[in-house]
Amino acid sequence: MQGENLEHAKEASTIILHNGEMVRPSIIRARQATFISPGILAIITLLALPCISLFAVAFMTRGQYGEILFEPTFGNIRRLLGFGYFGWSADNLLILWRSVVVAFVTTALCIVLSYPLAFFLAARPAKTRLLWLTVLLIPFWTNLVIRTYAWLLVFDSDMPFARIMAWLGLMEPGTSAYPSQFAVYVGMVSVFLPFVALPIYTAVEKLDWSIVEAAVDLYSNKWRVFRHAILPQTLPGLSVGITLTFVPAMGMFVVPDMLGGARYMLIGNLIQQQFGTSRDWPFGAALSLVLMILTLGALMATSGKRKKGRA
Amino acid sequence: MKRCSIGSSIGSVAIFIFLYLPMLSVAVFSFNASKMGLKWGGFSTEWYEKLVHNQMILNAAWNTLVLAVTSTFISTIIGTMLAIGMFRFPWSRRAMNKLNVLLHLPVVTPDIIFAVALVIAFSVIRYMTGLFELGMASMIVGHVTFQISFVALAVKGRLELIGHDVEEAACDLYAGYWRVLTRVLLPMLMPGIVAGAMLAFTLSLDDFVISFFTAGPKSSTLPLFIYASVKRGITPEIHALSTIIMLATICTVAFMQKMAPGAKH
Repeated sequence: MQGENLEHAKEASTIILHNGEMVRPSIIRARQATFISPGILAIITLLALPCISLFAVAFMTRGQYGEILFEPTFGNIRRLLGFGYFGWSADNLLILWRSVVVAFVTTALCIVLSYPLAFFLAARPAKTRLLWLTVLLIPFWTNLVIRTYAWLLVFDSDMPFARIMAWLGLMEPGTSAYPSQFAVYVGMVSVFLPFVALPIYTAVEKLDWSIVEAAVDLYSNKWRVFRHAILPQTLPGLSVGITLTFVPAMGMFVVPDMLGGARYMLIGNLIQQQFGTSRDWPFGAALSLVLMILTLGALMATSGKRKKGRA
Repeated sequence: MKRCSIGSSIGSVAIFIFLYLPMLSVAVFSFNASKMGLKWGGFSTEWYEKLVHNQMILNAAWNTLVLAVTSTFISTIIGTMLAIGMFRFPWSRRAMNKLNVLLHLPVVTPDIIFAVALVIAFSVIRYMTGLFELGMASMIVGHVTFQISFVALAVKGRLELIGHDVEEAACDLYAGYWRVLTRVLLPMLMPGIVAGAMLAFTLSLDDFVISFFTAGPKSSTLPLFIYASVKRGITPEIHALSTIIMLATICTVAFMQKMAPGAKH
């Protein structure tokens, strides 16, 4: 309504009522511009424009000393698709595929673990519930590097885990359980679990139990109760959890770097390499571009689901 | 009807063990007397004493704190202004949609793309002005950029709760705009601003990726220091440092939960 007010007041001489104050529209415009400009300028110049510039940098050439030359080329895209100096290799595409698979499996595992946790939290009496939530929030707020580092310790060859695995014959005696694919998944799930569990808990807390009871009264088995009475009601929370996990999991580089080693790289590690040791920004930009497009795709897919969930 | 089956309870306890076991092992081994490996060699607080005398760690801790405090201070001001500007003023629907996209951009961008974008932006600025080497200043700017949106969204939540009536009453009583802003609107927004600032502070302490990309050679923070040390192998000193950081996190989270608006229910 106020917006219309402002648009109807054509000239600067008109005076309108804004939040109880009689002012000229031009003053209102000056004020709103002043309020938003520092924040919006920072986001545009430091994030939005550089993200758009990735489209340009991805098609430039790397100079001999790692500088960017303004010579347009498709070399980075070709390299990403695996056409190198020594013929075609699947390495880069494999890393890309692996990133998507790791993100997908991590999200799925987190969802499976989150439901029992959410029901457990929601069933706590009001007095202790806040305490339990805090217990879940502490790992969520603990620094990522420290939490990943802690897994290095647990997986060390001297610790019980590696000894039991060696005793069972699943690992060589005297070796650590990292770097390995298994260690990466354990690390990823432990990092992202709270991101899924908290939104699902919020949905479970608001659950309309009469629908669940009705389903049970009508002799639904456990799976059908979950599928038809619980899942539709928790879908909004679930889709928030999926977005919060799948998107950052694709770009994660700390966990695979520390627990996966050089043989289990994800796209995040590859990007970090280009901006770090390799100093090949154009190729790094091409990789970032791919990750950005994958992110947008994932965001669009889950936001579509969220709208359907509401209807 | 039972709302939580025995299976869920056992599963949840197992999940909590899964989340806490690694952190607890770090805490336990920080008191291990033996220097090499992970064999228990008796109780000792030697590593905590060494920590206090390690100049590199003290520097990193100081840098972490300076970074978090400065960036939180700046982003709280800019974020609050952004929230007031966006949600207390009339905007056309199209302008609002665009502003909303920009506001949510830092929230949805994956860390690593954010870091790459900052690195590119800083190098362009350096190329054009010759100033702005990577270091503490660039880290602060980077942290502020991702904190702004979180502060603005926290303040927005508060703005939606309070109506326009008090401001209108103040205007009717001939308060000028500045007075309305500083004496009426900001005090009413204070819970949202404090929540936003606390969120920004914890986000800064928690960040690794953006610091890793935008840090200079002299501006190491604690997470960066730990990451670099792990590459050289795990030592009891790092266990002790991690334990202290984990304790600090527990205190911060407990404090935030106490301060949170919903805490009384």
